[in-house]
This record gives sequence, C-alpha cells and structure tokens, in this order.
Amino acid sequence: MIVEIGHFALVLAFAVAVFQMIVPMIGAHKNWSAWMAVASPAASLQFALVAISFAALTYAFVTSDFSLNLVVANSHTDKPLLYKISGVWGNHEGSLLLWVLILALFGASAAWFGGNLPPRLRARVLAVQSSVGVAFYAFILFTSNPFLRLELPPFNGQDLNPLLQDPGLAFHPPFLYLGYVGLSMAFSFAVAALIEGRVDAAWARWVRPWTLAAWVFLTIGIGLGSWWAYYELGWGGFWFWDPVENASFMPWLIAAALLHSAIVVEKREALKSWTILLAILAFGFSLIGTFIVRSGIITSVHAFANDPERGMFILMILAVFMGGAFTLYAFRASAMEAKGVFSTVSRESGLVLNNLLLAVSSFVVFIGTIWPLVAEMFWGRTVSVGPPFFNAAFTPFAFAIAVALPIGAVLSWKRAQLGRAMRLMSGVALLTIALLGLFYALGTGRSLAGLITLALGVWLVAGAAVDLWQRTGQGREIAAKFGRLTRLPRADWGKALAHAGLGITFIGVGALVTYQIEDIRVAQIGEEFDVGAYHLTVRDVREVQGPNYISTMAFVEVAKDGRIVDLLTPEKRIYPVAGMPTTEAGIDSGFTRDVYVALGDPQLDGGWAVRTWIKPFANWIWGGAIIMALGGALSLTDRRYRVAAGAARDRAAIGVPAE
Amino acid sequence: MTRAFAKAALAAMWLISTPALAVQPDEVLPDPALEARAREISADLRCVVCRNESIDESNATVARDLRIFVRERIMMGDSNEQVIAEVVDRYGEYVLMRPPMSGSNLALWLAGPALLLLGFGVAFAFIRTRARSTNPTEAELTPDEQAALARILGDKQS
Repeated sequence: MIVEIGHFALVLAFAVAVFQMIVPMIGAHKNWSAWMAVASPAASLQFALVAISFAALTYAFVTSDFSLNLVVANSHTDKPLLYKISGVWGNHEGSLLLWVLILALFGASAAWFGGNLPPRLRARVLAVQSSVGVAFYAFILFTSNPFLRLELPPFNGQDLNPLLQDPGLAFHPPFLYLGYVGLSMAFSFAVAALIEGRVDAAWARWVRPWTLAAWVFLTIGIGLGSWWAYYELGWGGFWFWDPVENASFMPWLIAAALLHSAIVVEKREALKSWTILLAILAFGFSLIGTFIVRSGIITSVHAFANDPERGMFILMILAVFMGGAFTLYAFRASAMEAKGVFSTVSRESGLVLNNLLLAVSSFVVFIGTIWPLVAEMFWGRTVSVGPPFFNAAFTPFAFAIAVALPIGAVLSWKRAQLGRAMRLMSGVALLTIALLGLFYALGTGRSLAGLITLALGVWLVAGAAVDLWQRTGQGREIAAKFGRLTRLPRADWGKALAHAGLGITFIGVGALVTYQIEDIRVAQIGEEFDVGAYHLTVRDVREVQGPNYISTMAFVEVAKDGRIVDLLTPEKRIYPVAGMPTTEAGIDSGFTRDVYVALGDPQLDGGWAVRTWIKPFANWIWGGAIIMALGGALSLTDRRYRVAAGAARDRAAIGVPAE
Repeated sequence: MTRAFAKAALAAMWLISTPALAVQPDEVLPDPALEARAREISADLRCVVCRNESIDESNATVARDLRIFVRERIMMGDSNEQVIAEVVDRYGEYVLMRPPMSGSNLALWLAGPALLLLGFGVAFAFIRTRARSTNPTEAELTPDEQAALARILGDKQS
C-alpha cells in the first residue's frame, strides 16, 4: 500500500511539474500575476510529493519489502540498517529518484527564499526548473520505475554491491547529486534571464549563492568519492581519471569558473554573456555526467547501469535542454551589453584568465573522456584514454591556475599594478622557490611534476595568507591589523580558505606521488619487516564472521623507534549473497603520513601476500577539499546574502568590495 | 524477467574490478631499478578485460600474465619502448592507456592547447576593447536606476 502511495505521488509530481512548467511561463509572458503566483505553491507541492515518493521507497528498503523488484536486486535482510537506507540510492532507479528529489528541493528553495526576486523572473526560473523536472519524471516513470512489483516475491534479496556497503560511499551520491542538481538552479536563472533579455548585478547576486552551494556540495561529494577509492579499492589510489570521476570533475571545474565570473558580473557588470554561457555549460556537464554514469556508454569501473535505451533517453534530455538553451543564447546573448571598463592589468583580467584556464581544462577532461567513443565512431579505432593521458594533458593547466591564482587574487578592480601584486607575493615566491630547490636537492623524489605540485601547494597556502593579511590595510600596528583581521567580511575569509584549501590538496597530492614508499612481500605469521621508518609485525591472520560477510583478518603491528604506533587489521571479505570479495585496507591515519597495509592472497608455501605503503600527507588531499568546501560555505554566510541582498542602506554599508 | 534482471545485475558486479593486490610478491624483480621500469610500463598498459584499469592495478589473470611478460622482456634487455611495441603487436593500440600522438589522436592531444590559444586570443581582444572603451555607462547608476534597483532588491514581499 505504502509503495503504491509512493508510486502515485510520483505520478502526481509529474503532473504538477507539467503544470508548473507551463502556467507561470505563460503568466510571465502575458504579465498575468495570478498565473505567475502559482509557481511557488506548485514548487512546494512538487517537492512534498517527491518527498512522499522517496520516503515510500526508503520504507520498502528498510522493511525489506521483497515484492519490489528493486529491493530484491539491491538489498538483503542481513544488511546493516545504514546500508538498507543507502541502498535506496545505490542503484539506477533509486538514484534517479534521489536526483528528482533534490531537483524539487532546489526548486522549492527558490520559491521559499526567492521572495526578493522580481515576480516575473521568479516565475520563469521556477518554470524552467520544473521543465527539467518534467524530463526526469518522464525518464523515471517510463524507463526506470523503482516501484515495480514482482509477481512471486523471493524470500530474500540479492544484497547491495558490497563495494557500496561503506559509510564513505553511503553519503557520496547525495552530496554529488546536491552539486549536480544544484547547478540546475544556475541553468534556470540563466535561461530565465535570456528569456527576459536582461542580466545585471542583481541577477548575479541571486545566482551566485546557488552556484556556490552547488560547488560546495560537489567538492564534498568528489572528496568523499576520492577518499572512498583510497581506502576501499585496496591500493591507495585517490584519483583514477575514470569516466565517472571525470563526470563529476567537469561540472566542478565549470562551476568554479562560473562562481568567479559571476563575481565580475555582480561587481563590475562585465562578462555577462560569458557567465550565462558558463551557467548553461555547467548544467550541461551535469547532464553529460548523468548520461555517462547512467548509460554505461563509456566503460568504467563504476558504471553500474548498462542500458542503451536509458542512455538514449538521457541523450535526448541533454539534446533538448542544451539545444534549446544554446539557441536562446544565440538569439539573446548580444543583448547582454557589458558596462564595466577595466584596464589590461586588473582583477577583471585575472578572473578572465581564471575562467579561461578552468574552462579549457574542463574541456581537456571532456575530450579525453569521450575520445574512445569519438575515435571508434569516426575512425573505427578502439583506443583507450587513461590516467597517463590526463596526467600529461591536465597537469599543465592545474599548474598554470596555481601559479596565477595568488597574484590574480590581490590585483585590484578596474586598474591594478602588477608590480604591487608581485611585491606583495615576493616573499611567498622566494619561499616557494627555495623549498622547491631544497626538495630537489634532497632528491629522493620520483617525479618532478610531484615536486612542483608540492611547491605550488605551499605557494597557494602562503599566498592566501598574504591575501588575507593585505586586506587589513597598510601601515597599521600589528595588533590593530589582527583586530581588523577578525572583522573582515566572511567572504574574504571564505576566499582565502578556499584558495588555501586548494593549496593543501596540492601539497597532499604532490607529497604522495613524490615520496610514497611501497613494499610488496610474502609475510609468514610472526614475521617482522621494515618499511621506511616503520617496523611491521604480522601477529596473526584469522577468520572473522561479519553481519553479512566472512572476513579473513590480519593483525599487523606497526612500530616506530621501538614504540608501538597502531595495530592494523587489513581484511579480505567475502559477501556470500552477492558472491563478491572486497578488500578492507588497514590504515593508520596521521597528520603527516598514512601507514597503509593491504592483505593479499595466501601463498602456496605458507604465508600471505602483504602490501604496505607509507603515504606522506595523504589526508591533506581530502583535508584540502574539506577546507575548500568550508571556505565556500563561509562565503555563503556572508552578510550580503544574509541580509537578503539588502535594502539601500545595506548596500551602502557593504559598499567596500568584499572580495 | 526477474532472472534476466538478476543475471544482468550479477554480470554488472563481476565487471567491477574486484579490489585486491595487483602486483604479486612472486612477480617482483630482484633489481629495484628494473622493477621500477616494469611498474612504469605497466601503468601505461591496459588490462584488456577490465574496465579502465591498467595491468598494474588489476588482479585479473590476463593482467598478471602481461605483467610477467613485461618483466621477462625487461630481463631479456628490451627497452621500455620495445616492450610496449611488443604488447601493442599482440593486443593492438587499445592496450595503450596513453593514446599515441599520431593520426586522428593528434586531435585529442592538440584540442586543449588549440582551444587555449584561441581563448587567449579572444580574451585578449575582449580585454583590449574593455580597456579602450570610454563607455559612459561606466559611471554610477543614475538616481532613477538606483531607485529602481533599491525597489527590486528591497521588495521582500513581492
């Protein structure tokens, strides 16, 4: 019964979405205020209906209702509760339901918090947002219905893919989707603005928090996914340039560009049509990402769905929305006249460079991801494009962005002096070059690119600190400067934190690829061996029974300078229901290094294969992502957003450029 | 229908790499320099039955065979290029994780730099026009416009 209510609610949500797509749009065109006004309650109702639908599916999973096809395929009574819940979105149908739930949530939020939007713009934004919903409701109901019943329910389910039974991955999809789908708001605002034919500072101020929020969620989602891959896939890699990872990385890069170009629109009324284009592209990449993941068209470790019919449907959604938006753009973009005048050296130019590098690097990831498809379609060549390509083609862009960032960040608006910015950063630059020289001279490094990444990380972090410090003004006493530091706008802190977070990730990546130590060996029980500065002892290997798996668990003691640091328990698990083995690494996480032990197969002549790594600064990779997200969140709580984009007197109060 | 679905789900699962140790202890070459070369080569070669994994990461049997083959060739004195050429002879260019810079693949390699150059050109032209422009609208908003803006921004009920 509850399942049927959920199914019915989804159909109703579809109907409401169709209504919300059409009526407010006509109302806005004809200037009928009653027709425009229905958009907000419709958005709330739509969200409520999808929420009921999602709750019903969750209920079916939690109570293990095996009359549902989806529950049978992805659940089992022995599964811990957390994974019964995460099983809801650990599959194609359920994850799409989560997708539309978040889409409806963003639409409803625009209705709830968009009170200060001009009614006509709000009606159009909500109508466009709803049109995206219509496409995805249709996709779910016609090709991927999660509420299909079975005639003969089995006694138990087939369990969720054991790789997905993990806390990191349980929360990875919701964050990623919050990011993907959050970019739909930027898209809706862009399309609405194109229909209005008007983009101004106010528009940018409305669109920026949505983009920033989406970017924050994407950052967390990507970070969680990378962290999961690190500890779960068993060899401690953190990024594989897998199509599915790229699918989330492309919108992240474009969203980062969009955030920055929207600043220029907000403060200087320039780059308008470019910002609109980025907003369309950002959501386009989200749709492409959904297409790549859900169609399985590009083979990947993560592509769980492999269904051409569904792929075609998403491709059609992509074609309609991107085709429509670009057509509209072609007709209307010329109406977006730029106002701000700025000189060649200025913050504006710096942000143009930022946008250029981010957009082109995103394009490089895109072409690498789809190249196997293109090469096969046009030349009949079956080629692979793997990490070596991306490392070679993407890294120069990452370096260029990192080199330019701290200097661009301290340029002033309109007209800046490059000399002043250089002088500000000269100390940091010296530090960076000295460190690079020192590391190089010590010479234990495997890769020069890794060393440069490390040094650039230092450059970014120190550069962010200098940026914050110079905001306190010149020639004051140190104490007064510290006082001012605490009173700086949160957007300033957010900016510095986000930039420093990027640097911290650089440091983690650089240190890891340069200084990682690896050891592969057969170890008998009781055997002792050294890896780097650490002394490891294999104490025991035992069978352990888990809730829905059987584990072979090793007990490995890690010591340093005669003192025991940790007792690690790397495991090999077998999930009998899913019939699948997994590896659980034993990791001693530290601030400056991880000791990472993975257990391999038993050897014929006794003993076990054991693989050990010392991974320096590994946690900095995800720590940096967290700090980037924090920076974004802090910026989101800046006064000018809290005061609801403010009345005239607020405008005067925040007249100081808060960047 | 159920059975077909179950089969599909199972097939999908098996295609996912089962995580485990890739390089086995008995494969490791005694000479660290040669082993390092073997690892470097392995990272560039695709495991042909896996989804987007190099033979260095994969624990499939084919990958293991190929890793052993690579090490045998290294021990016989082949250069990195010779080993890779040998593997490409057997499996085709599909096995290369880094597409060679030749023929149609040139487009892949050059697309990024070409777009960057183009972008630089456009951006530079744009910035120059901005710098030269003596656009009168650069001035502050007119009082009328300011009032309109305040009305729009301040109108929280609407």
